[in-house]
Amino acid sequence: MSFRAPRKGENYELSVDLNSEYREKRKDAIKRTIASMTVGKDVSGLFPDVLKNMQTDDLEQKKLVYLYLMNYAKTQPELVILAVNTFVKDTDDPNPLVRALAIRTMGVLRAEKIIDYLCDPLQKCLRDENPYVRKTAALCVAKLYDLKPELVIENGFLEQLHEMIADSNPMVVANTVAALTDIHIAASAQPSTSSSDPGIFIISAAILSKLLIALNECSEWGRVAILNALARYEAQDEKESEHICERVVPQFQHVNGAVVLAAVKVIMIHMRGVRRGDLIKQLVRKMAPPLVTLLSSPPEVQWVALRNINLLLQKRPDILQNEMRVFFCKYNDPLYVKVEKLEIMVRLAGENNVDALLSELKEYSSEVDVDFVRKSIKAIGQTAVKIDAAAERCVNVLLELIGTRVSYVVQEAVVVMKDIFRKYPSTYEGIIPTLCANLDELDEPEAKASLIWIIGEYANKIDNADELLGIFVDAFTEESYPVQLQTLTAVVKLFLKKPDSSQGIVQRILNTATKDCDSPDVRDRAYIYWRLLSTDPGAAKAVVLTPRPPISIPRTTVTPALLEELLGEVSSLASVYHKPEETFVGRGRVGADSVQKKGVDSGSDDRFSTQKALQTVAAGQQAENLLDFDDVPATNGQPSGLAATQVLSQTPAAANLLAGTSSNPLDDLVSIFGSGSNASLASAGTPQNTFGLGGLSLGGGDSLGAFGSSPPIMTPSAPSPPQQPQQHSQPQDDLLGLF
Amino acid sequence: MISAFFVFNQKGEVLISRLYRTDFKRSIADVFRIQVVSNSDVRSPIITLGSTSFFHVRINNLYVVAVTKNNANAALVFEFCYRFISIARSYFGKIDEEAIKNNFVLIYELIDEINDFGYPQNSEIDTLKTYITTESIVSSSAVAVEESSKITAQATGATSWRRGDVKYKKNEAFVDVVETINLSMSAKGTILRADVDGHIQMRAYLSGTPECKFGLNDKLVIDKSERGASDAVELDDCRFHQCVRLNDFDADRSISFVPPDGEFELMRYRATSNVKLPLRIIPTVTEIGTTRVSYDVTVKTNFNNKLSATNIVLRIPTPLNTVNVECSVANGKAKYAPAENVVIWKIPRLQGGQECAFSAVAELTSTTTRQVWARPPIDVDFQVLMFTASGLMVRFLKVFEKSNYNSIKWVRYLTKASGSYQIRVRRVFHCVLLRKFKKINIQF
Repeated sequence: MSFRAPRKGENYELSVDLNSEYREKRKDAIKRTIASMTVGKDVSGLFPDVLKNMQTDDLEQKKLVYLYLMNYAKTQPELVILAVNTFVKDTDDPNPLVRALAIRTMGVLRAEKIIDYLCDPLQKCLRDENPYVRKTAALCVAKLYDLKPELVIENGFLEQLHEMIADSNPMVVANTVAALTDIHIAASAQPSTSSSDPGIFIISAAILSKLLIALNECSEWGRVAILNALARYEAQDEKESEHICERVVPQFQHVNGAVVLAAVKVIMIHMRGVRRGDLIKQLVRKMAPPLVTLLSSPPEVQWVALRNINLLLQKRPDILQNEMRVFFCKYNDPLYVKVEKLEIMVRLAGENNVDALLSELKEYSSEVDVDFVRKSIKAIGQTAVKIDAAAERCVNVLLELIGTRVSYVVQEAVVVMKDIFRKYPSTYEGIIPTLCANLDELDEPEAKASLIWIIGEYANKIDNADELLGIFVDAFTEESYPVQLQTLTAVVKLFLKKPDSSQGIVQRILNTATKDCDSPDVRDRAYIYWRLLSTDPGAAKAVVLTPRPPISIPRTTVTPALLEELLGEVSSLASVYHKPEETFVGRGRVGADSVQKKGVDSGSDDRFSTQKALQTVAAGQQAENLLDFDDVPATNGQPSGLAATQVLSQTPAAANLLAGTSSNPLDDLVSIFGSGSNASLASAGTPQNTFGLGGLSLGGGDSLGAFGSSPPIMTPSAPSPPQQPQQHSQPQDDLLGLF
Repeated sequence: MISAFFVFNQKGEVLISRLYRTDFKRSIADVFRIQVVSNSDVRSPIITLGSTSFFHVRINNLYVVAVTKNNANAALVFEFCYRFISIARSYFGKIDEEAIKNNFVLIYELIDEINDFGYPQNSEIDTLKTYITTESIVSSSAVAVEESSKITAQATGATSWRRGDVKYKKNEAFVDVVETINLSMSAKGTILRADVDGHIQMRAYLSGTPECKFGLNDKLVIDKSERGASDAVELDDCRFHQCVRLNDFDADRSISFVPPDGEFELMRYRATSNVKLPLRIIPTVTEIGTTRVSYDVTVKTNFNNKLSATNIVLRIPTPLNTVNVECSVANGKAKYAPAENVVIWKIPRLQGGQECAFSAVAELTSTTTRQVWARPPIDVDFQVLMFTASGLMVRFLKVFEKSNYNSIKWVRYLTKASGSYQIRVRRVFHCVLLRKFKKINIQF
């Protein structure tokens, strides 16, 4: 040993004690060494001293020495070789616990030198008579594969694992399945493997029946491993799918939430192959109670369950039809649970339970957490848009909330009211005075913009609209851009509706906007309005006062293809984040490659796959924001337009795609723009569509688009993308004609 | 799979660190400290940075953290963290910084046993306790070898939860039915949500490998067998200990199992229909001007007068600007706890059919600023012995064993609430500043 610790200090003392002649003292010294290791002190210098204590009858001491070895074997590869002998000897020990311990530890030492000595004992342990040793050895193969895949293949360990699936002991089967799955994933992540290679662990019909038998007998964690394997099986025919479902359904009653969710995953996957309506109905019915029961788990598990329930409801809205009450928030629920419950409550809302829901939402709106209050108010708006019959009751609740005069409550309510006006035009004009009474309380851009939009929209009915808008025109240059854009459009609307009285104000704003404003967007819009108005007021009317497409609550928050993918991964991180694995498990280039590969595999053309990939990345980005529960007000929450490309290009996958996986750069841009305004959630961002959007934001027909930020409710193009270009082709033509 | 497992204290110091896989350096712990421990505004139990995800559970000022680097099974990771917590509780009696520090050697042993290469392994507490103990085991003696063979067989066997050679002089089985009521009631007294989370705790001291059959007044079973039984209970969902044969239950709702030795949770269930609320709380909160709030709260029992509710604790929230509260109670003690902004009213015992009242006046300081008061609900904790809110009864527990011994069975019922029996209070209005209203005309 070339380096010795100085003859003083903690490590020196430890070293002395480790070499003590007294057993107890040595053991105590090992414990202290481990303690130092835990807090991050470097005790690698004690390696030879600790190693001397390996040869012992005391199991506890042995475990401690092994723990030390696991941490430092890599740093002292020369010395590890000294330990090999003891390890190999231990794998022959009559005590199965010692055998298992030795093989478990050897697998994680990760020193080249020791690996060569691992194969023989491992071979032996895989055939050990004791199931405890066998199950440990099975996982050891996965460890070895992680280290040196060649060795696993050369020694035929893979074949041996495949044989072990038929083991008589269910725990051995479970660990074998886990090991094979681990190896399978590691192997298919290799960039060298072509997509045609089926992979290492293929689940055949023969394996299936063994797994189904082991499922009922093994430990909870083993069940999860086996259920995961079942999820990967591709059923040959309908009968087999039915069979799998029937065998898996009893797992719903397991006490461990992970088992329940894994079973849900298997059922969701294999239900695709079931055609019998009554069976599907029965499966869905049996799924509901266990899902509800998950809500009495600890909050973290609850949250995972809620995120997944949200996905399940997007696919099967009928699952929890009558269970809305269990999603009512408890006062002491953590915020992340409450927010998720809110979303699910809105999903479950129907005419029969809307009263209960509204009174709950009203309660929540008076809680302390600002974020939660805002989301509750938003939920009221979503309910109003979703259920026509309840709209009036929702409006009344909102009015009550505005009556509280709590600043953020009022502002959020105003934003929500705008959506209600969008959905039910000219129905609730009566409340405009109440809204306007709060005009000088608004300080958030989104709320201001919403109120301005409402004033512009109903300019002909509000006597003093010019006076009200005048306030914003006066402060025009100090406002944020969304408010400026909105003010501009609203004033033009006012002028078109009441040309006589508002000549002055429109002159004033066009002047200010074109001369004193530093945003090119605002200036451009002002110029276009100016030209429109001066050339052909009739065309201006057609552009600005065009009827807007109706809005509705999108039934899904992810694309149908992504939804299917996520439902196949229930309870995984991907399903919790509602975004595909590639977006957060960054394998760098591989991530992008595999995204691309997927597109090619499915046989669609390159362009489409690129778009889809970017779309999902963008959707993921949004989910991320949601997840972080950004406190930033919604206006800054979502970057739109070019800003979105910048954000997107930060993710490696997108950067790669942008860098040139697509032949046509325009496609990429298009889909990014689309995602920025949420449109891509519902429709592939075709060039035509994007152009439509551009036209819209000019026209004020979709002044909402200018708000940029977007809770799903405001996405104008989401519900009805196909008609949209049609509806607006008329004004667009006019516009082009002018140029 | 879990790549690393940590336990941190409140300051973010590492108490336990175990890397199961090699895709991390030890320094990953620092990332967690910076991102979560020292960040006051963490709003999600999972934090993903790049491809690394931190799953954390907070318990008694500790962070139990699992780190993964792939698309991990989130439910499994959290269930694993909670399993670790319950194992630690069972071993050390409590889980806090002191317990972890004093037992770190044992904890390392445990977390290596319950997780291998990131995959959770057998984590049955009873089994673990047979071979991971605080006394050191000497491995070489012949007895030890035989013993460990038995242990390993048990740890991996089909009945991993039971040893075959258990013997008792007196064969007894105790069944505890414990129900927790979740209630939210609106200020007007309408029930928003009332359901029961029940669990059946069993202590089995039975020799050999007994086969048990357990019967409840489950509506689905009773309706099938005898017609017209009126006291049947509708269970929304049941979940069982892994010893219960789920296939049997799925087929005919019979609960049959080979019980573990000693104490275990046989089943959990949920019931939502016909929940009997043992206590009714009738609160009246009135505001007198802007500086005083008066409270009148009545507690009524709603069960047979042979039973009684014990350890009743009502937590009645007061506005944030409360200076002092004068309370008068007929029964028990009431005290204002300024730190929590509640009046705590404790009633040691209340017989069935009785009621008792509380009245108080809270003095508020006058404030000019609008203060938002979340107006938390009144929260009630209590226990009622020999009462089940769902109406669930144990009909039979049959024990079959080869030697055909007689066994004695005991059943106990308990209904309780802790932190989940909530009655909302009507809004207390805050002082509102007069504001200038904008003039607006509208014509239709």
